[in-house]
Amino acid sequence: MSDEHYLELCDNPVQFENASSVNNVFFDEANKQVFAVRSGGATGVVVKGPDDKNSVAFRMDDKGEVKCIKFSIGNKILAVQRTSKAVMFCQMNLQCVVLEVSCLCFVFRSLQTKNASVLGFCWTNWNEIVFITDQGIEFYQVFPDKRSVKLLKSQSINVNWYQYCPETAVILLSTTVQGNVLQPFAFRSGTMSKMSKFEIELPVVPKPAKLSLSERDIAMATIYGQLYVMYLKHHSRTANSPSAEVVLYHLPREGACKKSHVLKLNTTGKFALNIVDNLVVVHHQSSQTSLIFDIRLREPDCAVNTHQPVLPARSIHPYRIPLSGPTVVPSQPAVPCQLYSSSWSVFQPDIIISASEGYLWYLQVKLPPTVNLLQDKGKLMDFLLRRRDCKMVILSVCSQILEGGEKGSLPVVATVFDKLNQVYKEYLEAEQTYTLAMESGPSRGSAAQKRPVRTQAVIDQSDMYTHVLSAFTERKGVSHKFIIAVLMEYIRSLNQFQITVQHYLYELVIKTLVQHNLFYMLHQFLQYHVLSDSKPLVRATPQPRLSTANDEIVEVLLSKQQVLGALRFIRSVGGHDNVSARKFLDAAQQTGDQMLFYTVFRFFQQRNQRLRGNPAFNPGEHCEEHVVHFKQLFGEQALMKPATV
Amino acid sequence: CEVYAAPRMATGMQEKQYTPSLLSFFIYNPSFGPREGEEEKKILFYHPCDVEKNEKIRNVGLCEAIVQFTRTFCPTKPAKSLHTQKNRQFFFEPEDNFWIVMVVRNPMIEKPNKDGKPPTIEYQEEEILDTVYGAVLRQCYSMYKLFNGTFGRAMEAGGVELLTQKLEKFFYRYLQTLHLQSCDLLDVFGGISFFPLDKMTYLKIQSFVNRVEESLSLVKYTAFLYNDQLIWSGLEQDDMRILYKYLTTSLFPRHSEPELAGRDSPLRPEVAGNLLHYGRFLTGPANLKDPEAKFRFPKIFVNKEDSYEELHLIVYKAMSAAACFMISASVELTREFCEQLDSLVGPQLTLLASDICEQFNINRRISGPDKEPQFKFIYFNHMNLAEKSTIHMRKTASVSLTSVHPDLMKILGDINCDFARVDEDEEIIVKAMTDYWVVGKKSDQRELYVILNQKNANLIEVNEEVKRLCATQFNNIFFLD
Repeated sequence: MSDEHYLELCDNPVQFENASSVNNVFFDEANKQVFAVRSGGATGVVVKGPDDKNSVAFRMDDKGEVKCIKFSIGNKILAVQRTSKAVMFCQMNLQCVVLEVSCLCFVFRSLQTKNASVLGFCWTNWNEIVFITDQGIEFYQVFPDKRSVKLLKSQSINVNWYQYCPETAVILLSTTVQGNVLQPFAFRSGTMSKMSKFEIELPVVPKPAKLSLSERDIAMATIYGQLYVMYLKHHSRTANSPSAEVVLYHLPREGACKKSHVLKLNTTGKFALNIVDNLVVVHHQSSQTSLIFDIRLREPDCAVNTHQPVLPARSIHPYRIPLSGPTVVPSQPAVPCQLYSSSWSVFQPDIIISASEGYLWYLQVKLPPTVNLLQDKGKLMDFLLRRRDCKMVILSVCSQILEGGEKGSLPVVATVFDKLNQVYKEYLEAEQTYTLAMESGPSRGSAAQKRPVRTQAVIDQSDMYTHVLSAFTERKGVSHKFIIAVLMEYIRSLNQFQITVQHYLYELVIKTLVQHNLFYMLHQFLQYHVLSDSKPLVRATPQPRLSTANDEIVEVLLSKQQVLGALRFIRSVGGHDNVSARKFLDAAQQTGDQMLFYTVFRFFQQRNQRLRGNPAFNPGEHCEEHVVHFKQLFGEQALMKPATV
Repeated sequence: CEVYAAPRMATGMQEKQYTPSLLSFFIYNPSFGPREGEEEKKILFYHPCDVEKNEKIRNVGLCEAIVQFTRTFCPTKPAKSLHTQKNRQFFFEPEDNFWIVMVVRNPMIEKPNKDGKPPTIEYQEEEILDTVYGAVLRQCYSMYKLFNGTFGRAMEAGGVELLTQKLEKFFYRYLQTLHLQSCDLLDVFGGISFFPLDKMTYLKIQSFVNRVEESLSLVKYTAFLYNDQLIWSGLEQDDMRILYKYLTTSLFPRHSEPELAGRDSPLRPEVAGNLLHYGRFLTGPANLKDPEAKFRFPKIFVNKEDSYEELHLIVYKAMSAAACFMISASVELTREFCEQLDSLVGPQLTLLASDICEQFNINRRISGPDKEPQFKFIYFNHMNLAEKSTIHMRKTASVSLTSVHPDLMKILGDINCDFARVDEDEEIIVKAMTDYWVVGKKSDQRELYVILNQKNANLIEVNEEVKRLCATQFNNIFFLD
């Protein structure tokens, strides 16, 4: 079986000391830092971030068990919570690796409401912090130098639990007794704005009312640049839902939150969610498999916005942990890592942490295995075009569908070309709009104009030529009919999207037609200007100006050293009496093929004989050097003598 | 036995004018009856058939003698025609020793005489052109060859007996469709009218042809026509030329009626499944649903390197779009295949036909309303056989109507003959009767003939007018963007 695992853990995980009775491990989603706190900090706190810049180690006094610990953005201020009533701030100089921080500490306990207990806190800036208590939300600015804080804004509200999305700086509060009314707040440099609240539809309404929405079943993430609240809706025997589903609520900056997508899981059990490359990944613990959903992929046979998994369920690619110890021996065997372990914690968007083993992984999508799992090539293209590292995979799919040459593959080829060129065209248009805006001067609307980003999904003509079409036309055993059909299909698709066709594609068509002596087809294409709008064809050659398409074709063939092809072509159009012999002889001489030179030379001698009754070249034809060359190669006697009357 | 054609027009009170008509048409091979008394064996076909045997032999013998005689002057180029007062004979040797002869009666004017005397007949022996009727004769052979292969092939397969049968069968009907009175310059060219089309729609048609050939791998060649004009040919040029002639002058005109029929007419194509399409077979089965339907298609012969290839000719049409599919004759075509073709091609071709129609109308609107130009022209390109004429009305099965006086057509033919004599580019301007000017231009492989009707124009003005015309009309003959 070929590799079908389309999800994998990254190769370079963040490693930290595994959780134990003396070592507590915390994860901060905002800075993506893992804190290993040994003995309450007394024997050291080791912070590991996604890269070494974010990794620090320090010591602090053990003043009780740490409940939560987080750096502000940029590691400027450390906040440590030990009790439900107080949070301690520390400022430190991070130049040194190990620091004693106790001297800089100050404790903050002036909360708005007495008796409120702190559920947690989130840094929204280097010095701005939000406290979430069971009675409300409080937004502060911290001044470490003055050892003081300033209240920016607060709001009283009963809170069951909260979630924070650092990417968008949105905090979601669970309110009401059942917990299913969610109140989001957005933060931006010193301001806190209340967004419109919304209610999650529960599968069963409990009586009497009790907390029914768990924070484990809610996650926030941005997908295709939009913020979504994902609700893992478990199946219930009473309600009419045979299997679990994920319900997505779209949370716009302005306006009301709307239920937007339903992802069908078709199974029950324990699930966890990740977002990778704008795909919703649903891990299923009991089957040890994962599913992926693309909310942009339209499902023709489903109700609007209901999605089935893109691919069949597969487990994450097996992962081996190298045995670690004080001395790492290279030959030491790696132990397989237990995937979907119950000790795993999953964080948004793409983080999986195994606290017991001391690893933090980023989850990744592998595209090559998807190619064989998704039979519908059109759907496959839709899927691939939205992925980050898609280019080489898309090009390999193109080669693959041309390779098959099965019956009925042309419509598939056409669909795929159209999808590629749709994206290509959108990019070209954006680029053009940008260029125009730049030319018209930066005075107006300059802020709005950003240079369009060329993603990997933009597959242009040179990509297709280099990686797909050029090799395809060279391959043995493919019928020329199919080759021409594919090339024409690509040209059709480009035209359909009003993309100017590059000359090398025309050259490929011309070359293929000439190789198979299909001159009449070539004529017809020229007749309808399918191949002729190619000024570079002319420019590619040294001649300053060429009159007709026929001359262009001859030039192309000669520049490709297809001298006989060019001769055959010009003869087929009846132009061989008027062409410049010198041009052909030059090309033949350049190939270094003596027999070719002989043949071409003879051809023109015979022409001269026919036209003028003498095989010699006229002085005006400037072929003296070729005559000399001919004599050198084949001797004087090989020259055709004028027929004696 | 003299057959008189109907008078075309009466000039004056009693004067009657007769157009050129076919007197006789025969095919012979001198090597089949070299000895005296066996002359009849030479004759393979003779029209009209009711001619007395000795006269047939006499006429064939005369032709043989003329050809032999003229050979002494130029062994490689024997006589092509013989001019006499009453008629003109055309000789053509398409295959070794096989001769086809066509005798055309010259046009004539019958002038009544007073006092009950028989009318005087005036033959206009200079009014008909060798080039035109020579071309008609060669076309007769090409058409025979398209459907039967060469004479030699029939000889190999079944000897003289088979050949005479085939000739009889083919020419009996074919000669009835020869309308010698309306032959003109276009017969000399034997060109193909191409449908003007924008690049995108053209590429769509390409795509359609390629897809059909891919899914119906039996299909070897495809040709695509719209409005009786060619858009794509997978056949080589010479084969397409004669097939085009057959399609546009014989097959399509015979089938034009159902197109004009109403929606509910029984002639309308049936509804296949839920999908309405207008596709139907012009050759082969008239109705696929008919349990008695026969799946036989005409066979044609096309050139393939040194030999020929025998093919089934399937012509399938939806609205104004016609696709010809050619399949090796060694394959037997079944009901299943035809149904498959119908269900695959029908809907696509219907869609394509309406696309082309729509695109054509858009282009026409862009290029301005249909104003009748004050000049008429014929254009021909030797390289791709493209022809375009605003002189000829739509061709029908019977006649091709021209909108100009025969005298002017004759001038066009004369200019063409002049062009054929020299290889260089040239231009000829003729001041004709009344207010007409006729201009012929030959440049490279193209020929253009323009008829202008301008009162009191001088040579310079006419020259300017034609220059302007070339610039506006002929830089894009195929392309309507």
